Amino acid sequence: MSRVLVTTTVNGESVEFLGGTRQSLLDALRDELRLTGSKEGCGTGDCGACSVIVDGRLVCSCLMLAPEAEGKRIETIEGMAVDGHMHPLQRQFLEHAALQCGFCTPGLLMAAKALLDKNPNPTETEIRYGLAGNLCRCTGYDKVIRAVIDAAAELRQAPDTKKAGAAR
Amino acid sequence: MSDGAAGGRTLKVVGQRPVRPDGADKVTGRAQFGADFHLPGMLTGRIKRSPHAHAKIVKIDTRAAAALPGVKAIVTGANFVLGEGEDIDHGEGATALLDVAINCMAREKALYAGHAVAAVAATSPEIADEAVRLIEVTYEVLPHVIEVEAAMAPDAPLLHANMFTKGVTPKPDKPSNIAQKIVMGRGDVPGAMAAADVVIEGRYETAAVHQGYIEPHACVASAGADGQATVWCSSQGQFLVRTLTAKILGMPLSDLKVIPAEIGGGFGGKTTVYLEPVALALSKQCGRPVKMVMSRDEVFHASGPTSGAVMEIKLGATSEGRITACDLTLKYQAGAFAGSPVNAACMAALACYDIENIALTGYDVVSNRPKVAAYRAPGAPIAAFAVESAVDDLARKLNMDPLDIRRLNGARDGVKAVYGATFRSVAFLETLEAVKNHPHYTAPLGPNQGRGVACGFWFNIGGESTGAVHIDEDGGATVVSSNPDIGGSRAAMAMMAAETLGLPIERVRATVADTTSIGFSGSTGGSRVTFATGMAVTQAAEKVVADLKRRAAQMWECEVDKVEWRDATAFCLDPSKDVKPLTIAQIAGRAARTGGPITAEVSLNAQGAGPGFAVHICDVEVDPETGRTTVTRYTAAQDVGRAIHPSYVEGQLQGGAAQGIGWALNEEYVYGPDGVLENPSFLDYRMPVASDLPMIDTILIEAAPNPRHPFGAKGVGEAPIVPPLAAVANAVRQAIGKRIYALPLSPPRVLEAIEQG
Repeated sequence: MSRVLVTTTVNGESVEFLGGTRQSLLDALRDELRLTGSKEGCGTGDCGACSVIVDGRLVCSCLMLAPEAEGKRIETIEGMAVDGHMHPLQRQFLEHAALQCGFCTPGLLMAAKALLDKNPNPTETEIRYGLAGNLCRCTGYDKVIRAVIDAAAELRQAPDTKKAGAAR
Repeated sequence: MSDGAAGGRTLKVVGQRPVRPDGADKVTGRAQFGADFHLPGMLTGRIKRSPHAHAKIVKIDTRAAAALPGVKAIVTGANFVLGEGEDIDHGEGATALLDVAINCMAREKALYAGHAVAAVAATSPEIADEAVRLIEVTYEVLPHVIEVEAAMAPDAPLLHANMFTKGVTPKPDKPSNIAQKIVMGRGDVPGAMAAADVVIEGRYETAAVHQGYIEPHACVASAGADGQATVWCSSQGQFLVRTLTAKILGMPLSDLKVIPAEIGGGFGGKTTVYLEPVALALSKQCGRPVKMVMSRDEVFHASGPTSGAVMEIKLGATSEGRITACDLTLKYQAGAFAGSPVNAACMAALACYDIENIALTGYDVVSNRPKVAAYRAPGAPIAAFAVESAVDDLARKLNMDPLDIRRLNGARDGVKAVYGATFRSVAFLETLEAVKNHPHYTAPLGPNQGRGVACGFWFNIGGESTGAVHIDEDGGATVVSSNPDIGGSRAAMAMMAAETLGLPIERVRATVADTTSIGFSGSTGGSRVTFATGMAVTQAAEKVVADLKRRAAQMWECEVDKVEWRDATAFCLDPSKDVKPLTIAQIAGRAARTGGPITAEVSLNAQGAGPGFAVHICDVEVDPETGRTTVTRYTAAQDVGRAIHPSYVEGQLQGGAAQGIGWALNEEYVYGPDGVLENPSFLDYRMPVASDLPMIDTILIEAAPNPRHPFGAKGVGEAPIVPPLAAVANAVRQAIGKRIYALPLSPPRVLEAIEQG
């Protein structure tokens, strides 16, 4: 497989790596940059475990080629906590016990962040549709939805914490 | 619900909802799951799989693959030499070692589409994929059989020439696909049926469904030049992986260390091996670490779903609604090897009810499907679909409330189950009562809506477990156990230890150890960890407390029975001593002078797990134009003994309900006429997503704490998947005015039923 030099921004840091022309962004994040927080559950864009935010848009990193990251701004789960401080979504997931095995959690958190970045006050239904691309087999989603509702409320009260997550 | 007292004690930690010890790593992407390990020089392993449902393997030519630059090792069935094998008991049933080995790598025949026939290890994923393509397998395609009743037919294609139905006397003289026939029961069923005022009959079908864990199977295996090896993998039991892998490869267990990764869901499906022996065989061949990760397609094709089934039920009852007899026949798919959960299904099917006359017949049937694996309360949800639907029909026929008829017949203390146990400390009736009093049960329904209730039972198990508690030099504690934490069990372990030691939860850390760092434990399964491993951890903490008291007594030069332990502090009750209390930190800091490190490890074989009973209410709305069913409201109640961490107990109820809803409405293995699975992806195998479900309300019944557990815990993970199939089906029955006897209740099937009128 031929490789190309990819220059991109991951969690606020400029990075360069050699990306395969057939390599997914997910594989590049995991295998080249060793950012293994993004998970592969299906490789076909059906489960959302690999969700990352690219230039403000939620994408399945398994469906994007690594060279397509050139010049983009990528946010992964590893950049969600800032300076050792968890994002309100991360804290609320823990407070609500919104994870059991935790495998889908990074993707759910990225999808929830992408939703709240656009819609700071979503209804329960909007949250359910916002997270409909992320399969969770453990929780039945109940506590996940509640965690997102509470994180949204917290972010509306103190919007600076939201910016902290996005600034990186 | 009750709170605060187990055996009269006031509890400070148990029953609270602290953040789990491994939580931060799991929300920040730091937790290491099966596919997250990298080793220097690591190769990528890939598997060549049969495209045929049933075929003789005539020849495997690996020469072209071996010649490809970058290919370092190739294995086929010829590399796995195993004799007759043996059964490996892992707590929740036994596994035939030979079957597991042949399932990992086919020998003479490929028994299902997706069966592994060869494997390679190469320096990159691309080279490994190309090498798999270059392996030439010559097959002689054989007739195949997929459906359970077709496989039972006398002229069905045979999977195993040496399979003679067990449980039939005299031993059959011809082989068959029926691995075993199970008969159990009591009383006089024909007589009771003849005397019954009402008889309800039905023939029910369910499809094979997958556990659907989001993390595919993954491992890294590394064999050393001295024969010693290490495997990192995601599984429900590192000791089980060690046993199976070492025995399949003919190694002493001491030559294999298995390090558990975080596990991304299992639900029973990770209680066996698929990749580990293959990866280790490849690593042994080339001396380099080999990583193998299944694709989702491989997970669907080649890892274990649970059985699809055909069931026939007949219920007899008095006109007052008392069930007097049940005749139930269960025909379960086992996949390509013996071992469906039909035995457990027979035992669990009627355990919710006190029925005098019972006849149960079970068939364990092989066909050209992947070998089934355990799936949450193995076998029970399927049987409950038939039983709870029939009970619903009985209530309707007698114009009785469906909860009242269940209360009238419900299991209670002193009732003897058909499998032999006499119930003690069960709270099934209280659970039914709580459901009846819940506002959900009497909420009004709209047009095209229906409400269903159903019950479920699971034994729960105990078994072999080890737990250790170490007091750190600063007075904190480390809890070590050997059960992979699949849904928050580290939190439960830490909480029980903290409660026993009197420490705040923040001072207790819980870890999961590898096979060389702690004594043996059975797998994480059967809802046994909080019960059995929790018992080991609690006993280890109690030993540590006894040791701490002894050390305090030594420091005070008083009798040990004059030392009281409270809030992680020793108090001297001897009035002749003018001493200040000693904190755990003070005692730990002086451990070298009082006997050395303060630590205890307890290994036990826990008995008396205490069964779980679940009662669910489901509301649905059926779109009469499309047949699409939407669950509009759901409530799950369960006899939990005592909830150690109520949030994670609720999570078990909610997750089990969601899986059961998927099973009821959409999930199924769909086969083409060629015997090949047609929907091996999350797009086509439709599991519930967030927008498919409502909030799932929970009711934790703590009316009957388990007397065998130090804090009263009963297993909670299995029972919640048992009722939903029937709860959904009963709701749809009410919504459309007609029963559908087969799952899933997918839109085309429901629409067809509506249109038939």
